[in-house]
Amino acid sequence: MAADAGQVKLLGKWPSPFSNRVVLALKLKGVQYNYFEEDLSNKSEELLKSNPVHKKVPVLIHNGKPIAESLVILEYIDETWKSNPLLPDDPYQRASARFWARYLDEKCLPALWDAIWSDENGRAKAVEEAIANLKILENEIKDKRFFGGESIGLVDIAASFVGYWVGILQEIQGLELLTVEKFPKLVKWSEEFTSHPVIKEGLPPRDELFAFFNARATASK
Amino acid sequence: MADEVVLLDSWASPFGMRLRIALAEKGVKYEYKEEDLSNKSPLLLQLNPVHKKIPVLIHNGKPVCESLIAVQYIDEVWNQKSPLLPSDPYQKAQARFWADYVDNKFGDCLRKVFTSKGEEQEAAKKEFIDCLKLLEEQLGDKPYFGGDNLSFVDVALVPLYSLFKAFETFGNLNIGGDHQCPKLIAWAKRCLQRESVFKSMPDQHKFYDLICENRRKRGLDQ
Repeated sequence: MAADAGQVKLLGKWPSPFSNRVVLALKLKGVQYNYFEEDLSNKSEELLKSNPVHKKVPVLIHNGKPIAESLVILEYIDETWKSNPLLPDDPYQRASARFWARYLDEKCLPALWDAIWSDENGRAKAVEEAIANLKILENEIKDKRFFGGESIGLVDIAASFVGYWVGILQEIQGLELLTVEKFPKLVKWSEEFTSHPVIKEGLPPRDELFAFFNARATASK
Repeated sequence: MADEVVLLDSWASPFGMRLRIALAEKGVKYEYKEEDLSNKSPLLLQLNPVHKKIPVLIHNGKPVCESLIAVQYIDEVWNQKSPLLPSDPYQKAQARFWADYVDNKFGDCLRKVFTSKGEEQEAAKKEFIDCLKLLEEQLGDKPYFGGDNLSFVDVALVPLYSLFKAFETFGNLNIGGDHQCPKLIAWAKRCLQRESVFKSMPDQHKFYDLICENRRKRGLDQ
């Protein structure tokens, strides 16, 4: 029996890994939803009304009630639709998953982003910082199939930027951040993650993402 | 099997204070270990290798790091009394959203006010007052952010709010938001009347001295 979705709407931006996290979670749970692509240079009334504090995407609107902040949305989705749980039941393991999701958002992703868009002056230091963070992740994934164990969990979805976006962005910028020589376990995880049938279907198409960020990289030069 | 609970903390830390409040609300007995942050113990470095920060909650030998994550853990494990998060997923999401706001936006603004001077500080103060006004609006006429009882957002905010008030009271820093946030002021008084909160508070004079020392070290004040 399909989960009773009620009315589910996602305000998002297709190239955004944060927005895409919500897409992946909804797809993993088999939740039907309506999607609205926001133009961030001309934000919709609905976005401004449903996320007045940050005015950002993603925003999930469930039966008219809005939720903002991607990790908050993911936990809401997990608590509302029970199939394919994203978090384990055990409180200690849940705390551990939350720790790694938060680490990704507060340290790892910003370091990677900075390295990718760094200019000549700051590049060496930014890349060093990014590599240090990837080492921490490599150490955490170890020989697990997914960060969540045998099945995809909150941390895997939160790490989609590492598993998918970084490969594309580092190619555009001619950088070597996530390589199989330096991070064999993380690369193996990224291959498992991106080849998962639901994830594969939910991620933005590679060539479109490449074109989008390539245009941005060219414009900033 | 008896629970073994240890808290690695620092007396002045508002983040540690969150855990002290949560543990007290739940009536959990624990051993408090004071960390010297200028000389971090091998235990801390071993239990929180990623951030090397306090607080760390150690439950039966297993570490839980990051204060808001540890508060949620405390709420989930000792779930027999004083729930800090509501059971309804939507209400829970709202609580998490606002706790995240307190940590990120409000926390960042407060940091900027403390670590700047002159024009930069004036701009930071303005931004900070906007944060206060938003929180005032969010609190509304409820006794606590969570409703009738102390909850997740209250626990997240009250230590940071107290930190800001200590600085404002003892220093010559006048943020000027008071007249605009009477409900927050009443809320803070209400929180402070709870044993779990006032027993977790650092000594206000010692606290102010520490803030001043930090500012002197950064060359912000003579």
